[in-house]
Amino acid sequence: MSTSVRVDEFSPNGAGTSRRKPLLRPLAKPVLFIACLLPFAWLLYGAISSAYGVNTLGANPAETLIRATGDWTLRFLCITLAVTPVRQWFKQPALARFRRMLGLFTFFYGCVHFLCYSWLDMGLVFDDIVRDIAKRPFILVGTTALLTMTPLALTSFNRAIKALGAARWLALHRAVYAVALLAILHFFWMRAAKHNFAEVAVYAAVIGLLLGWRVWTRPQPSAQRTVSSSSTP
Amino acid sequence: MHLLENRGFVHPRASEITPRNAYLRRRELLARFATGAAGVALAGWAGRDAWAQTARANKLAALPGARSPIPGAVTMEKPTAYADVTGYNNFYEFGTDKDDPAKNAHTLKTRPWTIAVEGEVKKPKVFDIEELLKLSPMEERIYRMRCVEGWSMVIPWVGYSLSELIKRVEPTGNAKYVEFLTLADPKTMPFVGSRVLDWPYAEGLRLDEAMHPLALLTFGLYGEVLPNQNGAPVRMVLPWKYGFKSAKSIVKIRFVEKEPGTAWNKAARNEYGFYSNVNPSVDHPRWSQATERRIGEDGIFAKKRPTLMFNGYEAQVGQLYAGMDLKKFY
Repeated sequence: MSTSVRVDEFSPNGAGTSRRKPLLRPLAKPVLFIACLLPFAWLLYGAISSAYGVNTLGANPAETLIRATGDWTLRFLCITLAVTPVRQWFKQPALARFRRMLGLFTFFYGCVHFLCYSWLDMGLVFDDIVRDIAKRPFILVGTTALLTMTPLALTSFNRAIKALGAARWLALHRAVYAVALLAILHFFWMRAAKHNFAEVAVYAAVIGLLLGWRVWTRPQPSAQRTVSSSSTP
Repeated sequence: MHLLENRGFVHPRASEITPRNAYLRRRELLARFATGAAGVALAGWAGRDAWAQTARANKLAALPGARSPIPGAVTMEKPTAYADVTGYNNFYEFGTDKDDPAKNAHTLKTRPWTIAVEGEVKKPKVFDIEELLKLSPMEERIYRMRCVEGWSMVIPWVGYSLSELIKRVEPTGNAKYVEFLTLADPKTMPFVGSRVLDWPYAEGLRLDEAMHPLALLTFGLYGEVLPNQNGAPVRMVLPWKYGFKSAKSIVKIRFVEKEPGTAWNKAARNEYGFYSNVNPSVDHPRWSQATERRIGEDGIFAKKRPTLMFNGYEAQVGQLYAGMDLKKFY
């Protein structure tokens, strides 16, 4: 297996086609970057304006911010997990270029979500945060999901991939599947208080489909064994 | 001659001494000083009298109430904006999101409306809403409202003590508890039938709690009749208990001997007790009840304010629970 995995510059059909394919244009990434920041920009505007008494976030702006940042984390997680299946279903290999950025935005929104919770709900009091995480299982699950995402975000750059080796890097980054399950459990538990599972069901179905597809299409056990034995140094 | 005519009884008019525009301006200035001083010192009080005129955003039917003389019935705190009081609600018959009731409750038909009062009483009766409105003089009560979810409001309600109604039906010696049953009409309430709770929404009180003068049979808020999303046409308000204890759109009040089952207690017995008094030292199993956020007042980056024992009504209601272990009877 090649040691130089370059997720970034993925050019499937040769350089000649890049001019006609919008996904391969140099501008595609900055455009996506800005698009990914739009929800954050809107919520930041809401937070600042409500701090100045202009109410754009409803009667309970703190609750709106905490929930909206959580919703966006879950949405970006789904989008990130959808990159590989969609790439194969629609034969758009160039989509792989955006996977890292989308994954990092998932982590970014997760961090903002945690910051909103620890600031707006817990007043940034460290002891209170620790006590609350220990007390409330759904907070513990959410925090675990964020902590699980952290090493993935920290090893997202090319040199980390090279240093770890592709096989180990891939194995580490499979933790994103655990993150997905923890995230949906976190959301389910939060909504369990009101037995209100309609929205949870939608996200669970999306994540179920994306993870189920991976299970369905994974290599047969015998093939997997040869791959893993050959990639072990 | 002139001096003889004027013996001190004839005075020059002020208007002849001071130019008209000057004295008018002086009066205006004095008035402004007076209202300014009063405005600073008594802004709260001035505002409280003013909302009947200013805050009637929806122009519902007016329902004025006299300032209540009952101790603890009128807090000095700033009332929460009408828009928040009527736009941020828990009323699951109309949906579980906070803005669902305001969106969906327009289908609720509040006329004709009756409350059947029955059970362990000498004079059971079906009261028509028009009769209830005239049963006792309307009072304005400005109560704190603490939701079990950790937020609070200050709401100027209009109604009278439930005890006024209870006295008229004469409970028997067997009446130990009062059960409130609310409307559950799947035709007008889209979420009745959802599995969130057992319908109809049921609540209950011990008879002595129900007789407490602060227990308010409520018909209006902000000087108007209740908007549908706040539990029109008649609801309970129990300011020392978590908000869900105050049943909305009541159709039946039953006097019983045994502690009645309540909707949230049936849904999650270990989370919502029968009493559900506001108590900062007894946490909800899933979150702390020590602090709260006042809607519309506490800035989003402000620290949450401490929750008070019995929501600040300990002086009035504390004796109802004397000797009880409130960790056990949560």
